[in-house]
Amino acid sequence: MKRHLLSAADLTLEDALLVLDTAEELAQVSERTVKKLPTLRGRTVVNLFFEDSTRTKTSFELAAKRLSADVINFAAKGSSVSKGETLKDTALTLEAMGTDAVVIRHSWSGAPVNLARIIRGSVVNAGDGTHEHPTQALLDAFTMRQRLGRLEGLKVTIVGDILHSRVARSNVLLLKTLGAEVTLVAPPTLLPTGVDAWPAEVSYDLDAVLPKSDVVMMLRVQRERMGAAYFPSVREYSRRYGLDVDRAAQLQDHTVVMHPGPMVRGMEIASEVADGLRSTIVDQVTNGVSVRMAVLYLLLGGSEPAIGSSSETRMGVAAQ
Amino acid sequence: MSWVLKNVLLYGDGDPVDVVLKDGIIAQIGTDLAGDEVLEAAGCVLLPGLVDLHTHLREPGREDAETVETGTLAAALGGFTAVHAMANTDPVADTAGVVEQVWRLGQEAGHCDVVPVGAVTVGLLGEQMAELGTMADSAARVRVFSDDGKCVSDASLMRRALEYVKAFDGVIAQHAQEPRLTDGAQMNEGVNSSLLGLTGWPAVAEEAIIARDCLLAGHVGGRLHICHVSTSGSVELIRWAKGKGWDVTAEVTPHHLLLTDDCAHSYDPTFKVNPPLRTQHDIDALRAGLADGTIDCVATDHAPHALEDKETEWGAASPGMTGLETALSVVALTMVETGGLTWRQVAERMSETPARIGRLEGHGRPLAVGEPANVVVVDPAARWIVDPAQSASRSRNTPFAGHDLPARVRATFLRGVATSLSGKPA
Repeated sequence: MKRHLLSAADLTLEDALLVLDTAEELAQVSERTVKKLPTLRGRTVVNLFFEDSTRTKTSFELAAKRLSADVINFAAKGSSVSKGETLKDTALTLEAMGTDAVVIRHSWSGAPVNLARIIRGSVVNAGDGTHEHPTQALLDAFTMRQRLGRLEGLKVTIVGDILHSRVARSNVLLLKTLGAEVTLVAPPTLLPTGVDAWPAEVSYDLDAVLPKSDVVMMLRVQRERMGAAYFPSVREYSRRYGLDVDRAAQLQDHTVVMHPGPMVRGMEIASEVADGLRSTIVDQVTNGVSVRMAVLYLLLGGSEPAIGSSSETRMGVAAQ
Repeated sequence: MSWVLKNVLLYGDGDPVDVVLKDGIIAQIGTDLAGDEVLEAAGCVLLPGLVDLHTHLREPGREDAETVETGTLAAALGGFTAVHAMANTDPVADTAGVVEQVWRLGQEAGHCDVVPVGAVTVGLLGEQMAELGTMADSAARVRVFSDDGKCVSDASLMRRALEYVKAFDGVIAQHAQEPRLTDGAQMNEGVNSSLLGLTGWPAVAEEAIIARDCLLAGHVGGRLHICHVSTSGSVELIRWAKGKGWDVTAEVTPHHLLLTDDCAHSYDPTFKVNPPLRTQHDIDALRAGLADGTIDCVATDHAPHALEDKETEWGAASPGMTGLETALSVVALTMVETGGLTWRQVAERMSETPARIGRLEGHGRPLAVGEPANVVVVDPAARWIVDPAQSASRSRNTPFAGHDLPARVRATFLRGVATSLSGKPA
């Protein structure tokens, strides 16, 4: 693995599989009563969130703590940051304090790349603007493999605001590496110019794509898009691109429904579907911790086995 | 005091000659001539001093980024004897008072002539026409008017401005950018912007304004100049407008002749500029357009920025690049070495034509006895590696850092006085 995780494109197939396999191992820890490993003891991980995100921050925090790292939450609200001095100055401050990894969430695309040029520790992109969110893609892939047993050849349909979605970008890149086939479905206004060069199929017709899908990933349409003439009304969007009960009935039996959250129930996804048996939404949250543990472990710990010696591993499993 | 330039090639053509500069004019052209000071210039090309239609000197207002003194020094090192100072200063150059101040600062600096550009609208707000006539009649003798940095997007206002400046032979230099199509735009809209998650600046936002303004210029018989043309579609539109016989001229920047939007993959805001870097397809069309005269001239859009305005996230950074010291070399690389332009044509595209568009007297004149001694000596064989730390500009935001470029300015003369010698201020 590279020193940083800035883009899903940074991961080779071997890297990606290593993260998923490591996450699988580490998932066992989360099932124990004592959910903690000494692996990253003495290492410092900073959560640098320039944008609010309770779930992602909590997930990273838990992941680092379960590996016994010292975790600092450094909240620098994005709204007050109009100039980048703050990023540079914050980075220099963190550098001076001696941090081993910085997990950064930022409203500007590319901010983690800028940060990685300043600091010596590892940088993990926890979502940058409308660019990428690589750990989300990893936890999504982990969840697909967990539910369906494979990734190679899976038909994955991603539906919604592709234009502004960092989740979609990272998923397209990672799933391509992992051998899945991605189809993007959105109204033409919510697809970026240049999407034809992405390693994915594009469709405007959700009904045509659903029956062929093994995975359907619904994306949220953010409220600020609604007034910006990307589509006429929430009702029309929902009618054409929402996963309602009737549409869900077209799915194959094994097909799973995913959502990175937060959801707008009743708009892109009906409550019955979100809470139904196909839904992996809660699993995704659980898996997020394991995957982020794996990423931090591989970036920081690397050489030693993730869960100590193999005998310890067996004991750990046996103890449950 | 006189200078003799030994063995120069006029416009890069013919046999080497000696040129004597005395009393502000070209006094003699011949062989075995003498002067008080001698510049041995065998193999060098003599061109009329370069004229930039598009320079941001940042004074008044952002003297931390550039001053008239430092900007004109950079201009002299780049071979320029006149630069047009854009109006987006603070305060905006929208009154006779401000344009005269900038003009006077240029006179005092003395490194090259500073020709102020007047704002088209008060405060660059695009609402009310500035006092264009008063600026034209001022000591600064303004002929070029531009809201550069912002587009005069109101069609009715643009029409009136094009009409109004006919009274004093002015020209409206349009920054062609449809504002509604470029809300929050960060880089060229295309495959790269889609992958980088940066809001796209589509080519159509430039082309739609150019098409509209060419039609308006044709309709009212006004004089239109298009700033920093960046797309292949724009070149086609300008070619079409010229075919109609309309009074439309256009410029291209050196960076749009060389760099593509692939540079944005670094998220290094040095490469953020407005209009943005485009694609190789656009570069090819711009080079062809400059070669065939569809694009009349090269202008730098020299846009110095303080470090803190560039050492940021891409989205928070100010757009713009410095260019005065590298312009001629980039043109040599992209146009002369590729066979697109001869040195004779470089003189036209970088001196004569911009001087004519700006209605400058004393610049862009022939290399002939009796003409003003505004000239530049270029060594076409010299190569140099761009080092931002060596720049005379107060800012360091050159996109060409580390580039190995051909052609070096040996000396620049303003009315017979050396303003730069061997890459150093004279």
